[in-house]
Amino acid sequence: MPESGHEIVPAEIQKLALYDHPDIQRSFVIDAGEHRKEAVLILEGITCAACVWLNERHLKQLSGIQSVEVNYANHRARVAWDERQIELSRILQEIQFLGYNAHPYSAWQADQIRKTQRKRDLQRIAIAGIAAAQVMMLAVALYAGAWYGIDINTRRLLRWFSLLLTMPVVSFAAWPFYRSAWSAIKSSRLNMDVPVSIAILSAFAGSLWVTLTGGAQVYYDTVSMFTLFLLVTRLLESGAREKSIESAENLLKLQPAMTTRIRDGQQEYIAVLDLQQGDCILAKAGEIVAADGLIVEGMSTVDESLLTGESHAVPKQTGDTVIAGSLNQEGPLTIQVTDIGENTVLAGIVRLVDKAQAEKPRIAQLADRVSVWFTLGLLIFALLTGVIWLYIDAARAFEIVLSVLVVTCPCALSLAVPAALAAAGSNLIKRGILVTRGHALETLSHVTYLVFDKTGTLTIGKPRIEAMEMLSNVSADQCAAIAASLEQASEHPLAYAFMRHVEKERLFPVTQAGNMPGHGVTGDIAGTTYTLGNRNFANLGTEADERRIQARYPAATLVWLSDSKQALAVFVLNDPLRDDAKIAIAAIQSRGISVGILSGDSDAAVAYAAAELGVAEFSSQQKPQDKLAFLQALQVQGEVVAMVGDGINDAPVLAGAQVSFAMGTGTDVASQTSDIVLLSSKLSDVDAALSAGKNTLQVMRQNLWWAAIYNLVALPFAALGYIPPWLAALGMSLSSLIVVLNALRLR
Amino acid sequence: MTISTLLFLLGMTMVFIAFIVIGILWAIRSGQFEDMEGPAQRILMDDDDPLLPSNRIEEENKK
Repeated sequence: MPESGHEIVPAEIQKLALYDHPDIQRSFVIDAGEHRKEAVLILEGITCAACVWLNERHLKQLSGIQSVEVNYANHRARVAWDERQIELSRILQEIQFLGYNAHPYSAWQADQIRKTQRKRDLQRIAIAGIAAAQVMMLAVALYAGAWYGIDINTRRLLRWFSLLLTMPVVSFAAWPFYRSAWSAIKSSRLNMDVPVSIAILSAFAGSLWVTLTGGAQVYYDTVSMFTLFLLVTRLLESGAREKSIESAENLLKLQPAMTTRIRDGQQEYIAVLDLQQGDCILAKAGEIVAADGLIVEGMSTVDESLLTGESHAVPKQTGDTVIAGSLNQEGPLTIQVTDIGENTVLAGIVRLVDKAQAEKPRIAQLADRVSVWFTLGLLIFALLTGVIWLYIDAARAFEIVLSVLVVTCPCALSLAVPAALAAAGSNLIKRGILVTRGHALETLSHVTYLVFDKTGTLTIGKPRIEAMEMLSNVSADQCAAIAASLEQASEHPLAYAFMRHVEKERLFPVTQAGNMPGHGVTGDIAGTTYTLGNRNFANLGTEADERRIQARYPAATLVWLSDSKQALAVFVLNDPLRDDAKIAIAAIQSRGISVGILSGDSDAAVAYAAAELGVAEFSSQQKPQDKLAFLQALQVQGEVVAMVGDGINDAPVLAGAQVSFAMGTGTDVASQTSDIVLLSSKLSDVDAALSAGKNTLQVMRQNLWWAAIYNLVALPFAALGYIPPWLAALGMSLSSLIVVLNALRLR
Repeated sequence: MTISTLLFLLGMTMVFIAFIVIGILWAIRSGQFEDMEGPAQRILMDDDDPLLPSNRIEEENKK
């Protein structure tokens, strides 16, 4: 491979080189023998099978790479290399060269555990499947024998073989049911595995007794079929759920290994592990704080929900402490490091993942509670049936209790909601829509009002400076340099436009930097306080100027640069609308959902965009609290409001809306406060998610109705003795299978 | 007659089942069910595809 083909900026290479640092590698690289290293990499930008193949083939051709395995389903690559011949940074660089992005996956152990678990589940299904097929064949002979007459020795032989085949099913394949039932009973709760375990164990014990002592009926076929179908439905459901968990982990980028350190007024990008106590680091607005420390400069609010679980912003100023892993929401903070250790950061992030996994939607919680009572009722009912039948016909009592237990197993009821959510979630992920909170899909189908942010959401979010208008005798170059310096610490999409305009060397050091979301930024350069933002922020520009310039550039956003006395310049920024914005909004409106635009932008720019998109309702120059107030007013009127946004200024609104979308290209805060992340940042995905929400709710309702009706109809027949156990097992399995297959339609 | 024939046939079944079980457990353990989509896609891709950078360089050298 010639080096000439690599068009990567030197800074990027420097950044990757940090991954060769042995301390950083310690957390995600495994020594797999002498000079052999292994790591799991998460690949970004994979859209099709060919992308996976391209990465795999290209890496395999590099010298020093010993094996590459890319999993098509979760986009993770397991790479083994010889450390004498190739370095990890080179591998990452090669992937970048192909146009993709890779970052190391640090929760190696979790991945390993999940893999072993899946293998074990498959083994259980294989054993149950093979045994069930054989036992059912023998059962046909036994049933035929019971009907036409059978030699007693032949019958005994067939029963013994059935027993032999069922043994591994009861002792190995059905193990998860016993374990789950036992842990439920120990904590004095009930779950659906309790009646399942009772049915399996009692049917097996009863059959064993009959086989040993002789009697009319054995139920080995029921036992193995029941176990097999239950295992299969659970695998289908958990497979879909795991897929969403894996995608969520990929998004979280578990390795926040880099941070910005300030030394002698210069910013440098370094590894968190190279930080030392007493170093100063910069946390920009929207970034995660890399280490525990003391604020030495700046004022902001910090979201520590990652660590405390309390999701509200805590105001912080000079002298306060911040915790690694918390989110800086508003202004840039300079932090003096007091405690290092990736452990703090990782602990917080691991907790976030756990929380996301543990979170259950309301309708699922309801189904869980219902199935607990259902289970209790069922056990009591089965007991009563048994007692009554002991008086009527003691010989049939056991068989009938077994039928009741099996036929009414609340599996279908418990699977109805999670199966639908998991299937819908994995379908949406395939399209690049990540559902991060369980309730989101349910709420989506009730949405009546959809609010869009403009910059970065309806528009591409990469505005360009179209023109500059000088209002004083300060030169254009000087103004551009001042503006770019002020925007250094901001993550607002408009900031990049300024940064692109000016070379990095020409930036001035800024003190007292502040960021007022929705207004602009401010800071001191060489003793003068400058402000950059909309006209009302500094309020030094004249309205006549604004009208004059706006008339010339109707779609543009005007940004005013002022010192403490006068307006210096106006920057004319233009941000084109996304290609699919118009189609997406038309599609949403045709669903009968009202659409509105809320933006911090100027009147003219928002009005222009609204007219272009056919949106009647819009508000401009909205601060975050205005947006939230607007939203709450709508909610008071009884509207179910969804919000689509991307920036820091949208974070409170995203949290306040009943259901919220964040653009994948947006800031960390936005995607963490939202319910759904649009990874590919396509607006048409909003419409896709809305229709998925409708379908999901419909499927959940169908499933719940089906499960309820089936149980109500089957129960009296079983109790009256019309359903033999094998038919009960078949009915139960079919009803669960129908629920799962109905849910899989959503994929 | 019937009983011994049946015994023989059932015994054979058991031997076959044992083979099947060993085979499938080995397949699961060696990770053949890890990635259900990959193998189907992999077979369709060509190793001399110009998408691969190394192939592109060879092309250029030929010119």
